[in-house]
Amino acid sequence: MTVAPVMGQRFTFVRPSALPGFGITLGFATTYLSLIVLLPLIVLVWRASALGFDGIWQVATTPRVLAALEVSFVTSALAALLNAVFGTLVAWVLVRYDFPGRRLLDAAVDLPFALPTAVAGIALAALYAPNGWIGALFAPWGIKIAFTPAGIFIALVFIGLPFVVRTVQPVLQDFECEVEEASATLGATRMQTVFRVVLPALVPALVTGVALAFARAVGEYGSVIFIAGNIPFVSEIAPLLIVTRLEEFDYAGASAIAVVMLTISFVALLIINSVQALSRRRYEGA
Amino acid sequence: MQKASQLHDVTEMGDTTVDLGKGEPIAITAEGLAKSFPGVAAVNGIDLQVKPGELMALLGPSGSGKTTLLRLFAGLETPTAGRILFGDEDATHLPVRERRVGFMFQHYALFKHMSVAENVAYGLRVRPRRLRPSSAEIAKRAEELLELVQLPGLGRRYPAQLSGGQRQRVALARALAVEPRVLLLDEPFGALDAQVRRDLRRWLRELHDRTGHTTLFVTHDQEEALELADRVAILNRGRLEQLGHADDILDHPATPFVAGFVGDAIRLPVTVEAGWISLGRGKVPAPFQFPSGPAELFIRPSDLTLAHSTGHGTFMGKVVGTRRVGSARRAELVLEDGLPSVEVTLPLEHSVAKGEELHLNLLTMRLFQAR
Repeated sequence: MTVAPVMGQRFTFVRPSALPGFGITLGFATTYLSLIVLLPLIVLVWRASALGFDGIWQVATTPRVLAALEVSFVTSALAALLNAVFGTLVAWVLVRYDFPGRRLLDAAVDLPFALPTAVAGIALAALYAPNGWIGALFAPWGIKIAFTPAGIFIALVFIGLPFVVRTVQPVLQDFECEVEEASATLGATRMQTVFRVVLPALVPALVTGVALAFARAVGEYGSVIFIAGNIPFVSEIAPLLIVTRLEEFDYAGASAIAVVMLTISFVALLIINSVQALSRRRYEGA
Repeated sequence: MQKASQLHDVTEMGDTTVDLGKGEPIAITAEGLAKSFPGVAAVNGIDLQVKPGELMALLGPSGSGKTTLLRLFAGLETPTAGRILFGDEDATHLPVRERRVGFMFQHYALFKHMSVAENVAYGLRVRPRRLRPSSAEIAKRAEELLELVQLPGLGRRYPAQLSGGQRQRVALARALAVEPRVLLLDEPFGALDAQVRRDLRRWLRELHDRTGHTTLFVTHDQEEALELADRVAILNRGRLEQLGHADDILDHPATPFVAGFVGDAIRLPVTVEAGWISLGRGKVPAPFQFPSGPAELFIRPSDLTLAHSTGHGTFMGKVVGTRRVGSARRAELVLEDGLPSVEVTLPLEHSVAKGEELHLNLLTMRLFQAR
């Protein structure tokens, strides 16, 4: 969407709009964002800068930190992707079918939001430990879930689920059933309609949901530390490493890891957002 | 944004020849067709046949069951009673996707995430592999169909980038791509503005004459139905009131409902006594052997003229207002206190004042016994 420059009209930074209040709302939004989000981040970067760029690089590239970063980002991405599939399925069931207990199920989706994450972590650890209900089923085959990366994965799936369900649900709700009917009159089977017509329409919402679930999972601490086992190089997540450094009063080291996490997350979210902008452009027209 | 070019390109047809491959047109028939929703009988026992190659309109007020009837033909609703025939084949329980109907939705129902060409090609792409043309053939056909609906070269756009009239034509091209046996159109011009509607209407008529599909379309616009269709079926409360050519419907309405529904008619409750109707301090002769008793008289603006004499068969009306309609003037008249006002069309140069009394003649008699 490019605006062709009009002869004789001066370039303005803000395109004129009929809606009043642009100045005041923009001012408020930037101030608010600065206070709530940017200021703490600046302090963080400032703290880390005590080490200098080389110092940060040194901290970030120690094998233990690299391993923790890998565990954090890879598991978060996998958990977000699993949620993409099953979150969509849950949203589908909640929107498309009316069954007894639908409202209960709908409310239950938000529980991972409401529960203190430590509680969730303890509950999950109890379930998936080798002597827990589910862990005991896998123990005979020598499969360990709790206290391994698999345990981290399960905790992150748990906390990420609501994001996907809640972003996909409203879009699915507004989906015109005429479009599905049109597909049927054109000879498509039900499966073809779902995969070629309905799901593609959900993609922008789904991308948002996955991005949120991913971002949330990267920052998750409370639930993971109880189920992860926290073995360095195996199941230690980057946020835990930060806390460890803080407990050793190594503030600069902690903020150095934090800055690296921040950068990776920011780049990842930026990529996701541009993917989404591309897919949205089609719908709304350039 | 493209309105100017669109307006004249819809009025003239291109010379593209497209093989629609649909074979001979077939008749579609409803036999005692009924559909009830909880608490409502939307379609209440309808017998109707659209002849092969015919363009028929389903006309009725909202809630008359016209869209439900169309959806029953398409297989988007299951009838509660009755049968649907496509040609001689019983299609009552044929699934939607096997009916091969081209259905056009009122709000287009285009696939927003697909380009125009992908929308048109969809019906071919979803075919089972052994029936599916090659990609090159599909692309070629989509382009041909876009030319047929006067949108050549727009295949790469997305629906959001098109105007309403263009979207409607994409929807039609998409419906035609599957080589439908019949075309079913739900309020095809309902969401468009008046000018585009008129152009598209003429264009659709020409397209129909060229492609020869058996076509049934729903509308609530009587002008559209009467102008465009070979025959018009008038529906009211889930029943067929009248089926006929525009002339039959306008000149010989079969039921009081039809008489009141078409042609801006005003319904007057009157009494017939020994062959005469009392009206506005005068008397008008009733049709031959019309039984005495309460009756309903339907008067359209064109039914009344000014009387030159005050003789037999004339009556009086008092002017309560005038308005300009196109190239004529209409005066609103009250014949008797308590009756709804009627309208008479006057030449422009004839000016009348409020409160003036006019002598009138009734040219056409549309009288029904009160039920």
